[in-house]
Amino acid sequence: MNDILFPLAVFFAAVFTNNILLTNYLGMCSFLSVSKELETSAGLGIAVTFVMATTTAINWVVYHFLLVPFQLEYLRFIVFIIIIAAFVQLIEMVIERYSEGLYFALGIFLPLITVNCAILGASLFMVIREYSFMTSFFFGFGSGLGWLIAILAMAGIRQRLRTAKIPLGLDGPGISLIIAGFMAMAFMGFNGMITIS
Amino acid sequence: MAAGMIKKTFLAPLGKDNPVFVQILGICSTLAVTNKLENTMVMTLGVMFTTALSSWTLSVMRKWIPSRIRMMVETMIIATYVIIVDIALKAFYPEMWKQLGPYVGLIITNCIVMGRIEAFALQNKPMLSLVDGLASGMGYAYVLLVIAFFRELLGTGTLWGYQILGSWWTNWSIMIMPPGGFFMLAIFIWIVREAVFKEGTK
Repeated sequence: MNDILFPLAVFFAAVFTNNILLTNYLGMCSFLSVSKELETSAGLGIAVTFVMATTTAINWVVYHFLLVPFQLEYLRFIVFIIIIAAFVQLIEMVIERYSEGLYFALGIFLPLITVNCAILGASLFMVIREYSFMTSFFFGFGSGLGWLIAILAMAGIRQRLRTAKIPLGLDGPGISLIIAGFMAMAFMGFNGMITIS
Repeated sequence: MAAGMIKKTFLAPLGKDNPVFVQILGICSTLAVTNKLENTMVMTLGVMFTTALSSWTLSVMRKWIPSRIRMMVETMIIATYVIIVDIALKAFYPEMWKQLGPYVGLIITNCIVMGRIEAFALQNKPMLSLVDGLASGMGYAYVLLVIAFFRELLGTGTLWGYQILGSWWTNWSIMIMPPGGFFMLAIFIWIVREAVFKEGTK
């Protein structure tokens, strides 16, 4: 596949066929605990998408121009997590300074993002799959968008479920996991739409 | 330090304080490898090693860490142990390292490790923290091993790569695909919670 189409293919694959939450189980903790309300889910999802796209790009640059030339690849875990944490902190400060509305909408979710496995996961996948810079950016962006779609769908379903009668032992995380399972099955329907290695 | 205290610390995470089905922590990075028993074993050993030793290290250093930057220090300590696991795996067990891919690195963001440090190691003595970390890792490990056992057995008819079920068995391929992991964990949580509630009403 040529250079222009491949990033786009990776983007759509990350949103649908290889959804980072539903096929790789990444970002489960916040997915299960925050998906109670549609609005908060949307806020967190947008913040995740933004941070994932930007940190994947930053991490790509740092990995290929700093770690590889000095043969420090094994330090990537520490370096990536620090970059993510620092970036999130920076964004928080910038938003707080310039946009109060946005700060109250997104600000509270930013600390949660540092410990979201999906963010670090996207960076690690991009290294292992040897993506180019453009591809990495689109991969991060697509993964974030896929996560946003999944958590929005989950929040919508859970709001409807509030009045349903659920067996006592299944209430809470149990039923959420079953819903996630069905969602993963639904997303498997996209298989074959795009195939990337 | 009494022996009873150690015993209590050790047993709690295996039962009533289990990180997976009571606290629903840290399923992110490991659920993905539960489609094979062997992968799960290696991965959970990595998690046990990391939780135990990072709890111990933090507990040793706890009096000298300024509380404002403690999250950063905790992350550093955890990442150091995860790097050790990653390098050891790459050196001694390269095929497994390839299969596990990014998931070893994701132990860093596994909430259990950070959770035990924050909740326990910051206030307790090193030995006790080591026991707590190890037990939390084990409480986590056995749940995932049970899930992996059923997923591999039902999904491919094998265990640890050996054929167990005969040719009469039709593989439930959904079990080794992503939805299978969600369903198995949900069923496990359901059974355990139902049992806990029954005990509570008695």
